[in-house]
Amino acid sequence: MTEFSRAEVCAAAIADAFADDGEIFASPMGMLPMLGVRLAKLTSNPDLVISDGESLFLGGTPPLFAKADVVEGWIPFRRVFDVVAYGKRHVMMGATQVDRQGNQNISAIGDFAQPKRQLLGSRGAPGNTVNNRTSYWVPKHNTRVFVENVDIVSGVGPARAKAAGPGASKYNDIHRIVSNLGVFDVKGAGDTVRLLSLHPGVTLDEVVENTGFALEVPSEVPVTREPTESELMIIRNVLDPKTLRDREVAPVVSEAK
Amino acid sequence: MSKPRDKQMTIDEVVAQLSDGMTIGIGGWGPRRKPMALVRAILRSDLKDLTIVSWGGADVGLLARAGKIKKLVYAFVSLDSIPLEPNFQRARQNGTIPEIVELDEGMFQTGLYAAAQRLPFLPMRAGLGSDVLVNNSWIKTVASPYADENGDFEDLTAVPALKLDVALVHLNRADVHGNATYLGPDPYFDDLFVQAADKAFVSVEQIVDTAGLTVDTPVQRLLISRMMVDGVVETPNGAHFTLCTPDYERDEKFQKVYAAAASGSDEDWAAFEQRFLSGDEAAYQAAVAAFAEEQKA
Repeated sequence: MTEFSRAEVCAAAIADAFADDGEIFASPMGMLPMLGVRLAKLTSNPDLVISDGESLFLGGTPPLFAKADVVEGWIPFRRVFDVVAYGKRHVMMGATQVDRQGNQNISAIGDFAQPKRQLLGSRGAPGNTVNNRTSYWVPKHNTRVFVENVDIVSGVGPARAKAAGPGASKYNDIHRIVSNLGVFDVKGAGDTVRLLSLHPGVTLDEVVENTGFALEVPSEVPVTREPTESELMIIRNVLDPKTLRDREVAPVVSEAK
Repeated sequence: MSKPRDKQMTIDEVVAQLSDGMTIGIGGWGPRRKPMALVRAILRSDLKDLTIVSWGGADVGLLARAGKIKKLVYAFVSLDSIPLEPNFQRARQNGTIPEIVELDEGMFQTGLYAAAQRLPFLPMRAGLGSDVLVNNSWIKTVASPYADENGDFEDLTAVPALKLDVALVHLNRADVHGNATYLGPDPYFDDLFVQAADKAFVSVEQIVDTAGLTVDTPVQRLLISRMMVDGVVETPNGAHFTLCTPDYERDEKFQKVYAAAASGSDEDWAAFEQRFLSGDEAAYQAAVAAFAEEQKA
Protein backbone atom coordinates (compact mmCIF):
# COMPACT_ATOMS: atom_id res chain seq x y z
CA MET A 1 0.00 0.00 0.00
CA THR A 2 1.23 3.47 -0.86
CA GLU A 3 2.38 5.70 1.94
CA PHE A 4 0.83 9.10 2.21
CA SER A 5 1.09 12.01 4.58
CA ARG A 6 -1.60 13.65 6.69
CA ALA A 7 -1.32 16.78 4.55
CA GLU A 8 -2.07 14.68 1.46
CA VAL A 9 -5.16 13.23 3.15
CA CYS A 10 -6.27 16.79 3.95
CA ALA A 11 -5.68 17.92 0.36
CA ALA A 12 -7.86 15.09 -0.97
CA ALA A 13 -10.57 15.84 1.63
CA ILE A 14 -10.55 19.50 0.63
CA ALA A 15 -10.72 18.51 -3.04
CA ASP A 16 -13.78 16.40 -2.23
CA ALA A 17 -15.46 19.46 -0.68
CA PHE A 18 -15.30 21.11 -4.13
CA ALA A 19 -16.03 18.01 -6.22
CA ASP A 20 -19.76 18.63 -6.70
CA ASP A 21 -19.69 22.41 -7.03
CA GLY A 22 -19.91 22.55 -10.81
CA GLU A 23 -18.73 25.62 -12.69
CA ILE A 24 -18.22 28.13 -9.88
CA PHE A 25 -15.43 30.33 -8.53
CA ALA A 26 -13.44 28.32 -5.98
CA SER A 27 -11.79 30.71 -3.51
CA PRO A 28 -9.29 29.01 -1.24
CA MET A 29 -7.72 31.06 1.56
CA GLY A 30 -4.37 29.59 2.56
CA MET A 31 -2.04 26.92 1.29
CA LEU A 32 -3.81 23.57 1.89
CA PRO A 33 -7.13 24.94 0.58
CA MET A 34 -5.28 26.16 -2.55
CA LEU A 35 -3.71 22.73 -2.97
CA GLY A 36 -7.05 20.97 -2.46
CA VAL A 37 -8.93 23.21 -4.89
CA ARG A 38 -6.31 22.76 -7.61
CA LEU A 39 -6.33 19.02 -6.98
CA ALA A 40 -10.12 19.05 -7.48
CA LYS A 41 -9.69 21.02 -10.71
CA LEU A 42 -7.24 18.40 -12.03
CA THR A 43 -9.39 15.45 -10.97
CA SER A 44 -13.04 15.55 -9.89
CA ASN A 45 -14.14 19.00 -11.09
CA PRO A 46 -12.29 20.45 -14.11
CA ASP A 47 -15.01 23.12 -14.48
CA LEU A 48 -13.88 24.97 -11.34
CA VAL A 49 -12.86 28.59 -11.92
CA ILE A 50 -9.71 29.49 -9.99
CA SER A 51 -7.76 32.70 -9.51
CA ASP A 52 -4.26 33.83 -8.60
CA GLY A 53 -5.68 35.15 -5.32
CA GLU A 54 -5.24 38.70 -6.62
CA SER A 55 -7.04 39.79 -9.78
CA LEU A 56 -6.79 37.14 -12.49
CA PHE A 57 -8.75 34.00 -13.34
CA LEU A 58 -6.25 31.33 -14.36
CA GLY A 59 -6.93 29.19 -17.40
CA GLY A 60 -4.68 26.36 -16.30
CA THR A 61 -3.89 24.79 -12.96
CA PRO A 62 -0.44 25.97 -11.97
CA PRO A 63 1.59 24.72 -8.99
CA LEU A 64 1.24 26.47 -5.63
CA PHE A 65 2.48 30.07 -5.75
CA ALA A 66 3.54 29.86 -9.42
CA LYS A 67 3.32 33.30 -10.99
CA ALA A 68 2.62 32.77 -14.66
CA ASP A 69 -0.28 30.98 -16.27
CA VAL A 70 -2.82 31.47 -19.04
CA VAL A 71 -5.30 34.13 -17.95
CA GLU A 72 -9.00 33.48 -18.60
CA GLY A 73 -10.59 36.39 -16.80
CA TRP A 74 -10.39 39.46 -14.61
CA ILE A 75 -11.39 39.27 -10.97
CA PRO A 76 -10.22 42.40 -9.13
CA PHE A 77 -11.46 42.73 -5.55
CA ARG A 78 -14.57 44.67 -6.56
CA ARG A 79 -15.67 41.85 -8.85
CA VAL A 80 -15.08 39.31 -6.11
CA PHE A 81 -17.81 41.14 -4.19
CA ASP A 82 -20.02 40.92 -7.27
CA VAL A 83 -19.49 37.16 -7.49
CA VAL A 84 -20.17 36.75 -3.76
CA ALA A 85 -23.59 38.35 -4.27
CA TYR A 86 -24.12 36.44 -7.54
CA GLY A 87 -23.56 33.29 -5.52
CA LYS A 88 -21.48 31.14 -7.90
CA ARG A 89 -18.63 30.84 -5.44
CA HIS A 90 -17.33 28.46 -2.80
CA VAL A 91 -14.87 29.97 -0.38
CA MET A 92 -12.76 27.97 2.04
CA MET A 93 -11.61 30.33 4.78
CA GLY A 94 -9.47 29.87 7.85
CA ALA A 95 -10.98 30.04 11.31
CA THR A 96 -9.20 31.21 14.45
CA GLN A 97 -12.27 29.93 16.29
CA VAL A 98 -15.23 27.86 15.13
CA ASP A 99 -18.06 26.90 17.45
CA ARG A 100 -20.68 24.20 17.94
CA GLN A 101 -23.12 26.06 15.70
CA GLY A 102 -20.58 26.55 12.93
CA ASN A 103 -19.99 30.24 13.58
CA GLN A 104 -16.45 31.38 12.75
CA ASN A 105 -14.21 34.10 14.20
CA ILE A 106 -11.29 35.80 12.46
CA SER A 107 -11.91 39.21 14.03
CA ALA A 108 -10.47 39.24 17.54
CA ILE A 109 -10.05 37.12 20.68
CA GLY A 110 -11.65 38.37 23.87
CA ASP A 111 -13.88 41.40 24.28
CA PHE A 112 -14.44 43.31 21.05
CA ALA A 113 -14.09 46.72 22.73
CA GLN A 114 -10.54 45.92 23.84
CA PRO A 115 -9.54 42.49 22.63
CA LYS A 116 -6.88 40.31 24.19
CA ARG A 117 -5.67 39.65 20.68
CA GLN A 118 -6.68 41.58 17.61
CA LEU A 119 -6.81 39.42 14.50
CA LEU A 120 -7.43 40.39 10.87
CA GLY A 121 -10.90 41.84 11.26
CA SER A 122 -14.09 40.31 9.88
CA ARG A 123 -12.85 40.57 6.27
CA GLY A 124 -15.49 39.07 3.97
CA ALA A 125 -16.75 36.39 6.36
CA PRO A 126 -20.12 38.01 7.20
CA GLY A 127 -20.91 38.52 3.52
CA ASN A 128 -19.54 35.17 2.33
CA THR A 129 -21.61 33.15 4.76
CA VAL A 130 -24.97 34.69 3.83
CA ASN A 131 -24.28 34.68 0.08
CA ASN A 132 -22.25 31.74 -1.11
CA ARG A 133 -21.10 28.27 -0.08
CA THR A 134 -18.48 28.53 2.67
CA SER A 135 -16.14 25.94 4.15
CA TYR A 136 -13.43 26.23 6.78
CA TRP A 137 -9.93 24.82 7.02
CA VAL A 138 -8.30 24.29 10.42
CA PRO A 139 -4.69 23.05 10.24
CA LYS A 140 -4.37 22.58 14.02
CA HIS A 141 -7.48 21.04 15.52
CA ASN A 142 -7.58 21.87 19.25
CA THR A 143 -9.86 23.23 21.96
CA ARG A 144 -8.67 26.80 21.39
CA VAL A 145 -10.07 26.67 17.85
CA PHE A 146 -13.12 24.43 18.35
CA VAL A 147 -14.94 26.33 21.13
CA GLU A 148 -18.48 26.27 22.52
CA ASN A 149 -19.09 29.88 21.44
CA VAL A 150 -16.80 32.03 19.31
CA ASP A 151 -15.82 35.37 20.90
CA ILE A 152 -16.92 37.32 17.83
CA VAL A 153 -19.15 36.02 15.05
CA SER A 154 -17.50 36.85 11.73
CA GLY A 155 -18.79 33.90 9.67
CA VAL A 156 -22.44 33.09 10.33
CA GLY A 157 -23.52 29.51 11.05
CA PRO A 158 -26.93 28.14 10.02
CA ALA A 159 -28.68 28.64 13.38
CA ARG A 160 -27.82 32.31 13.57
CA ALA A 161 -28.64 32.78 9.90
CA LYS A 162 -32.10 31.30 10.46
CA ALA A 163 -32.61 33.54 13.49
CA ALA A 164 -31.76 36.58 11.34
CA GLY A 165 -34.48 35.65 8.86
CA PRO A 166 -34.72 34.50 5.25
CA GLY A 167 -32.55 37.37 4.01
CA ALA A 168 -29.67 35.74 5.88
CA SER A 169 -30.59 32.08 5.68
CA LYS A 170 -31.71 31.52 2.08
CA TYR A 171 -28.15 31.38 0.74
CA ASN A 172 -26.35 30.36 3.96
CA ASP A 173 -24.51 27.13 3.13
CA ILE A 174 -21.74 26.08 5.52
CA HIS A 175 -20.51 23.06 3.61
CA ARG A 176 -17.49 21.45 5.28
CA ILE A 177 -15.02 22.00 8.05
CA VAL A 178 -11.80 20.14 7.25
CA SER A 179 -9.17 19.92 9.98
CA ASN A 180 -5.92 18.01 10.33
CA LEU A 181 -7.91 15.36 12.22
CA GLY A 182 -11.15 14.93 10.32
CA VAL A 183 -14.01 16.20 8.20
CA PHE A 184 -17.15 17.82 9.64
CA ASP A 185 -20.31 19.62 8.59
CA VAL A 186 -22.93 21.68 10.46
CA LYS A 187 -25.87 19.40 9.82
CA GLY A 188 -26.05 17.83 13.28
CA ALA A 189 -29.17 18.14 15.44
CA GLY A 190 -30.16 21.80 15.85
CA ASP A 191 -27.66 22.86 13.18
CA THR A 192 -24.58 21.79 15.13
CA VAL A 193 -21.18 20.53 14.08
CA ARG A 194 -21.14 16.84 13.19
CA LEU A 195 -18.25 14.49 12.56
CA LEU A 196 -18.30 13.06 9.04
CA SER A 197 -15.02 11.15 8.98
CA LEU A 198 -11.75 10.65 10.84
CA HIS A 199 -8.51 10.89 8.90
CA PRO A 200 -6.61 7.59 8.66
CA GLY A 201 -4.71 6.99 11.92
CA VAL A 202 -6.85 9.42 13.96
CA THR A 203 -8.93 8.07 16.84
CA LEU A 204 -12.33 9.34 17.89
CA ASP A 205 -10.92 10.09 21.35
CA GLU A 206 -8.27 12.32 19.82
CA VAL A 207 -10.93 14.40 18.07
CA VAL A 208 -13.26 14.55 21.07
CA GLU A 209 -10.40 15.59 23.39
CA ASN A 210 -9.38 18.34 21.01
CA THR A 211 -12.89 19.71 20.49
CA GLY A 212 -14.19 22.18 23.08
CA PHE A 213 -17.85 21.32 22.62
CA ALA A 214 -20.09 18.25 22.44
CA LEU A 215 -19.54 17.02 18.92
CA GLU A 216 -22.24 15.00 17.20
CA VAL A 217 -20.71 11.63 16.38
CA PRO A 218 -22.39 9.01 14.18
CA SER A 219 -22.70 5.47 15.54
CA GLU A 220 -20.21 4.25 12.95
CA VAL A 221 -17.51 6.73 12.09
CA PRO A 222 -16.13 6.44 8.56
CA VAL A 223 -12.46 6.93 7.77
CA THR A 224 -11.58 9.77 5.39
CA ARG A 225 -10.65 8.19 2.09
CA GLU A 226 -6.99 7.75 1.25
CA PRO A 227 -5.60 9.84 -1.60
CA THR A 228 -5.40 7.83 -4.82
CA GLU A 229 -2.19 7.03 -6.66
CA SER A 230 -2.98 9.60 -9.32
CA GLU A 231 -3.84 12.26 -6.73
CA LEU A 232 -0.53 11.62 -4.98
CA MET A 233 1.28 11.89 -8.30
CA ILE A 234 -0.42 15.21 -9.02
CA ILE A 235 0.22 16.61 -5.54
CA ARG A 236 3.86 15.53 -5.42
CA ASN A 237 4.96 16.12 -8.99
CA VAL A 238 2.72 18.88 -10.26
CA LEU A 239 1.10 21.07 -7.62
CA ASP A 240 3.49 20.98 -4.67
CA PRO A 241 6.87 19.52 -5.63
CA LYS A 242 8.54 21.48 -2.81
CA THR A 243 6.33 19.73 -0.21
CA LEU A 244 5.18 23.06 1.21
CA ARG A 245 2.09 21.21 2.46
CA ASP A 246 4.09 19.58 5.26
CA ARG A 247 4.80 22.99 6.76
CA GLU A 248 1.10 23.50 7.36
CA VAL A 249 0.30 19.95 8.46
CA ALA A 250 3.34 18.09 9.75
CA PRO A 251 3.67 14.43 8.79
CA VAL A 252 2.47 12.04 11.51
CA VAL A 253 5.22 9.50 12.00
CA SER A 254 3.18 6.60 13.34
CA GLU A 255 0.62 6.58 10.54
CA ALA A 256 2.94 5.45 7.75
CA LYS A 257 1.76 2.07 6.60
CA MET B 1 -6.84 79.12 -25.40
CA SER B 2 -8.89 77.92 -22.48
CA LYS B 3 -7.95 74.75 -20.67
CA PRO B 4 -9.20 73.00 -17.54
CA ARG B 5 -7.55 74.07 -14.29
CA ASP B 6 -4.07 72.98 -13.38
CA LYS B 7 -4.47 71.25 -10.00
CA GLN B 8 -0.86 70.41 -9.22
CA MET B 9 -0.02 70.73 -5.56
CA THR B 10 2.75 69.80 -3.18
CA ILE B 11 2.34 67.19 -0.48
CA ASP B 12 2.29 69.91 2.15
CA GLU B 13 -0.36 71.87 0.26
CA VAL B 14 -2.59 68.79 0.32
CA VAL B 15 -2.13 68.35 4.05
CA ALA B 16 -2.85 72.06 4.57
CA GLN B 17 -6.34 71.33 3.20
CA LEU B 18 -7.03 68.90 6.06
CA SER B 19 -8.21 69.81 9.53
CA ASP B 20 -8.70 68.21 12.94
CA GLY B 21 -11.66 65.87 13.24
CA MET B 22 -12.05 65.26 9.51
CA THR B 23 -13.23 61.98 8.03
CA ILE B 24 -10.52 60.83 5.63
CA GLY B 25 -10.86 57.89 3.25
CA ILE B 26 -7.61 56.25 2.18
CA GLY B 27 -7.63 54.35 -1.12
CA GLY B 28 -5.77 51.19 -2.13
CA TRP B 29 -6.30 47.85 -0.42
CA GLY B 30 -4.32 46.48 2.54
CA PRO B 31 -0.66 46.64 1.49
CA ARG B 32 -1.48 47.71 -2.07
CA ARG B 33 -1.22 51.11 -3.75
CA LYS B 34 -1.68 53.23 -0.65
CA PRO B 35 -1.07 57.01 -0.77
CA MET B 36 1.76 56.57 1.73
CA ALA B 37 3.54 59.86 0.95
CA LEU B 38 0.36 61.69 1.96
CA VAL B 39 -0.05 59.46 5.02
CA ARG B 40 3.52 60.23 6.04
CA ALA B 41 2.77 63.93 5.65
CA ILE B 42 -0.19 63.54 8.02
CA LEU B 43 2.17 61.86 10.50
CA ARG B 44 4.41 64.95 10.38
CA SER B 45 1.48 67.35 10.85
CA ASP B 46 -0.34 68.47 13.99
CA LEU B 47 -3.61 66.96 12.72
CA LYS B 48 -5.56 65.03 15.33
CA ASP B 49 -8.89 63.31 16.09
CA LEU B 50 -9.21 61.95 12.57
CA THR B 51 -11.80 59.45 11.41
CA ILE B 52 -9.97 57.08 9.08
CA VAL B 53 -11.91 54.97 6.57
CA SER B 54 -9.69 52.31 5.01
CA TRP B 55 -9.34 48.70 3.90
CA GLY B 56 -6.30 48.95 6.05
CA GLY B 57 -2.62 48.27 5.78
CA ALA B 58 0.36 50.16 7.19
CA ASP B 59 -1.55 53.43 6.58
CA VAL B 60 -3.81 52.52 9.49
CA GLY B 61 -0.93 51.08 11.54
CA LEU B 62 1.20 54.22 11.22
CA LEU B 63 -1.65 56.65 11.93
CA ALA B 64 -2.77 54.54 14.91
CA ARG B 65 0.76 54.40 16.33
CA ALA B 66 1.02 58.21 16.00
CA GLY B 67 -2.24 58.66 17.92
CA LYS B 68 -3.94 60.41 15.02
CA ILE B 69 -7.07 58.25 14.92
CA LYS B 70 -10.19 59.03 16.93
CA LYS B 71 -12.40 56.69 14.95
CA LEU B 72 -11.44 53.86 12.63
CA VAL B 73 -13.73 52.35 10.00
CA TYR B 74 -12.23 49.18 8.53
CA ALA B 75 -12.99 45.61 7.46
CA PHE B 76 -9.45 44.32 7.99
CA VAL B 77 -5.99 45.65 8.61
CA SER B 78 -3.26 43.46 7.12
CA LEU B 79 0.18 43.51 5.53
CA ASP B 80 -0.64 40.25 3.66
CA SER B 81 2.77 38.56 3.78
CA ILE B 82 2.63 39.55 7.47
CA PRO B 83 -1.05 38.86 8.15
CA LEU B 84 -1.51 40.88 11.35
CA GLU B 85 -0.53 44.57 11.32
CA PRO B 86 1.43 45.01 14.56
CA ASN B 87 0.75 48.71 15.15
CA PHE B 88 -2.97 48.20 14.59
CA GLN B 89 -2.97 45.14 16.88
CA ARG B 90 -1.19 47.10 19.56
CA ALA B 91 -3.61 50.01 19.30
CA ARG B 92 -6.64 47.71 19.54
CA GLN B 93 -5.23 45.68 22.42
CA ASN B 94 -4.28 48.83 24.34
CA GLY B 95 -7.62 50.44 23.54
CA THR B 96 -6.03 53.59 22.14
CA ILE B 97 -8.48 54.10 19.27
CA PRO B 98 -11.59 55.53 20.95
CA GLU B 99 -14.17 54.51 18.35
CA ILE B 100 -14.10 51.32 16.30
CA VAL B 101 -16.32 50.42 13.35
CA GLU B 102 -15.45 46.99 11.96
CA LEU B 103 -17.44 46.14 8.84
CA ASP B 104 -17.57 43.25 6.42
CA GLU B 105 -15.34 44.17 3.46
CA GLY B 106 -18.23 44.09 0.99
CA MET B 107 -20.33 46.29 3.29
CA PHE B 108 -17.49 48.77 3.16
CA GLN B 109 -17.77 48.94 -0.64
CA THR B 110 -21.55 49.27 -0.46
CA GLY B 111 -21.16 52.11 2.06
CA LEU B 112 -18.84 53.94 -0.33
CA TYR B 113 -21.31 53.34 -3.20
CA ALA B 114 -24.13 54.81 -1.12
CA ALA B 115 -22.05 57.90 -0.35
CA ALA B 116 -20.94 58.22 -3.98
CA GLN B 117 -24.59 58.05 -5.08
CA ARG B 118 -25.72 60.48 -2.37
CA LEU B 119 -27.98 57.85 -0.83
CA PRO B 120 -28.41 57.38 2.94
CA PHE B 121 -27.89 53.63 2.64
CA LEU B 122 -27.94 50.67 0.26
CA PRO B 123 -29.28 47.20 1.11
CA MET B 124 -27.25 44.01 1.09
CA ARG B 125 -27.08 40.66 2.86
CA ALA B 126 -23.63 41.02 4.39
CA GLY B 127 -23.75 41.69 8.11
CA LEU B 128 -26.98 39.78 8.79
CA GLY B 129 -26.55 37.30 11.64
CA SER B 130 -22.96 38.38 12.33
CA ASP B 131 -21.51 40.43 15.16
CA VAL B 132 -20.90 43.29 12.74
CA LEU B 133 -24.51 44.26 13.48
CA VAL B 134 -24.06 43.57 17.20
CA ASN B 135 -20.89 45.61 17.66
CA ASN B 136 -22.31 48.39 15.48
CA SER B 137 -25.84 48.51 16.82
CA TRP B 138 -26.39 51.82 15.01
CA ILE B 139 -26.41 49.90 11.72
CA LYS B 140 -30.02 48.93 11.05
CA THR B 141 -31.77 46.45 8.83
CA VAL B 142 -34.49 47.35 6.36
CA ALA B 143 -37.44 45.24 5.20
CA SER B 144 -37.72 44.65 1.48
CA PRO B 145 -40.96 46.18 0.17
CA TYR B 146 -41.14 43.29 -2.32
CA ALA B 147 -42.03 39.71 -1.51
CA ASP B 148 -39.45 37.11 -2.52
CA GLU B 149 -40.24 33.82 -4.31
CA ASN B 150 -41.46 32.36 -1.01
CA GLY B 151 -43.64 35.33 -0.13
CA ASP B 152 -41.16 36.57 2.48
CA PHE B 153 -40.29 40.22 2.91
CA GLU B 154 -36.59 39.84 3.56
CA ASP B 155 -34.81 41.94 6.15
CA LEU B 156 -31.54 43.19 4.70
CA THR B 157 -28.65 45.21 6.11
CA ALA B 158 -29.16 48.92 5.44
CA VAL B 159 -25.48 49.72 4.91
CA PRO B 160 -25.04 53.38 5.86
CA ALA B 161 -23.30 55.74 3.44
CA LEU B 162 -19.60 56.14 4.27
CA LYS B 163 -19.49 59.85 3.57
CA LEU B 164 -15.97 61.25 3.48
CA ASP B 165 -14.70 64.78 3.96
CA VAL B 166 -11.57 63.97 2.03
CA ALA B 167 -10.30 61.05 -0.08
CA LEU B 168 -6.60 60.38 -0.57
CA VAL B 169 -5.65 57.93 -3.33
CA HIS B 170 -2.46 56.97 -5.16
CA LEU B 171 -2.42 55.95 -8.83
CA ASN B 172 0.26 55.41 -11.45
CA ARG B 173 -0.29 58.35 -13.80
CA ALA B 174 -2.35 61.55 -13.97
CA ASP B 175 -2.45 64.75 -15.92
CA VAL B 176 -2.29 68.12 -14.19
CA HIS B 177 -6.08 68.36 -14.26
CA GLY B 178 -6.71 65.19 -12.25
CA ASN B 179 -7.51 62.56 -14.87
CA ALA B 180 -5.79 59.47 -13.50
CA THR B 181 -4.98 55.91 -14.59
CA TYR B 182 -4.00 52.75 -12.77
CA LEU B 183 -1.55 50.53 -14.64
CA GLY B 184 -1.61 47.49 -12.37
CA PRO B 185 -4.12 44.63 -12.48
CA ASP B 186 -6.63 46.01 -10.00
CA PRO B 187 -8.36 49.41 -9.75
CA TYR B 188 -9.18 48.69 -6.08
CA PHE B 189 -11.90 51.19 -5.11
CA ASP B 190 -10.20 54.53 -5.66
CA ASP B 191 -12.98 55.83 -7.92
CA LEU B 192 -15.50 55.14 -5.16
CA PHE B 193 -13.36 56.87 -2.54
CA VAL B 194 -13.07 60.07 -4.58
CA GLN B 195 -16.80 60.10 -5.37
CA ALA B 196 -17.73 59.48 -1.73
CA ALA B 197 -15.71 62.53 -0.65
CA ASP B 198 -16.29 66.29 -0.61
CA LYS B 199 -12.67 66.78 -1.64
CA ALA B 200 -10.28 64.37 -3.30
CA PHE B 201 -6.52 64.47 -3.69
CA VAL B 202 -4.70 62.13 -6.05
CA SER B 203 -1.02 61.37 -5.71
CA VAL B 204 0.70 59.66 -8.63
CA GLU B 205 4.03 58.20 -9.61
CA GLN B 206 4.22 60.53 -12.57
CA ILE B 207 2.31 63.45 -14.04
CA VAL B 208 2.10 63.27 -17.84
CA ASP B 209 0.26 65.32 -20.43
CA THR B 210 -3.34 64.35 -21.12
CA ALA B 211 -2.59 62.70 -24.46
CA GLY B 212 0.10 60.63 -22.76
CA LEU B 213 -2.46 58.95 -20.50
CA THR B 214 -3.79 56.81 -23.35
CA VAL B 215 -0.71 56.52 -25.59
CA ASP B 216 0.07 52.95 -24.60
CA THR B 217 -2.73 52.33 -22.11
CA PRO B 218 -6.32 51.26 -22.81
CA VAL B 219 -8.85 53.98 -22.08
CA GLN B 220 -10.60 51.65 -19.59
CA ARG B 221 -7.72 52.28 -17.23
CA LEU B 222 -8.71 55.93 -16.86
CA LEU B 223 -10.37 55.29 -13.52
CA ILE B 224 -10.70 58.83 -12.23
CA SER B 225 -12.01 61.89 -14.02
CA ARG B 226 -10.80 65.39 -13.19
CA MET B 227 -14.31 66.43 -12.18
CA MET B 228 -13.86 64.24 -9.08
CA VAL B 229 -10.46 65.68 -8.16
CA ASP B 230 -9.33 68.77 -6.26
CA GLY B 231 -5.59 68.33 -6.32
CA VAL B 232 -2.87 66.28 -7.99
CA VAL B 233 0.55 65.69 -6.54
CA GLU B 234 3.49 63.86 -8.08
CA THR B 235 5.10 61.61 -5.46
CA PRO B 236 7.51 59.12 -7.07
CA ASN B 237 7.71 55.94 -4.99
CA GLY B 238 4.88 57.56 -3.05
CA ALA B 239 3.11 54.27 -2.28
CA HIS B 240 6.24 52.77 -0.71
CA PHE B 241 6.36 50.31 1.01
CA THR B 242 3.05 49.12 -0.43
CA LEU B 243 2.99 47.92 -4.04
CA CYS B 244 2.32 50.11 -7.04
CA THR B 245 2.41 47.59 -9.89
CA PRO B 246 3.93 47.89 -12.50
CA ASP B 247 6.05 50.80 -11.23
CA TYR B 248 7.22 48.69 -8.28
CA GLU B 249 6.19 45.76 -6.13
CA ARG B 250 5.82 45.73 -2.35
CA ASP B 251 9.10 46.28 -0.50
CA GLU B 252 8.98 43.08 1.52
CA LYS B 253 12.37 43.64 3.15
CA PHE B 254 11.36 47.08 4.34
CA GLN B 255 7.97 45.78 5.47
CA LYS B 256 9.72 43.18 7.63
CA VAL B 257 11.81 45.89 9.27
CA TYR B 258 8.70 48.00 9.82
CA ALA B 259 6.77 45.10 11.34
CA ALA B 260 9.69 44.07 13.58
CA ALA B 261 10.02 47.63 14.90
CA ALA B 262 6.26 47.96 15.37
CA SER B 263 6.04 44.74 17.35
CA GLY B 264 9.27 45.39 19.27
CA SER B 265 10.05 47.63 22.24
CA ASP B 266 9.34 51.37 22.41
CA GLU B 267 13.05 51.86 21.70
CA ASP B 268 12.82 49.72 18.57
CA TRP B 269 9.96 51.84 17.28
CA ALA B 270 11.71 55.09 18.21
CA ALA B 271 14.77 53.96 16.24
CA PHE B 272 12.62 53.16 13.19
CA GLU B 273 10.88 56.54 13.44
CA GLN B 274 14.20 58.31 13.86
CA ARG B 275 15.68 56.62 10.82
CA PHE B 276 12.73 56.80 8.44
CA LEU B 277 10.01 59.14 9.67
CA SER B 278 11.78 62.08 11.28
CA GLY B 279 12.24 64.11 8.09
CA ASP B 280 10.22 65.11 5.06
CA GLU B 281 9.28 62.88 2.09
CA ALA B 282 12.64 63.48 0.38
CA ALA B 283 14.43 62.42 3.56
CA TYR B 284 12.23 59.31 3.75
CA GLN B 285 13.03 58.35 0.18
CA ALA B 286 16.74 58.92 0.79
CA ALA B 287 16.60 56.72 3.90
CA VAL B 288 14.75 54.03 1.94
CA ALA B 289 17.37 54.18 -0.84
CA ALA B 290 20.14 53.83 1.75
CA PHE B 291 18.30 50.88 3.30
CA ALA B 292 18.02 49.22 -0.13
CA GLU B 293 21.76 49.67 -0.68
CA GLU B 294 22.46 48.09 2.72
CA GLN B 295 20.33 45.10 1.79
CA LYS B 296 22.38 44.56 -1.37
CA ALA B 297 25.67 44.70 0.50
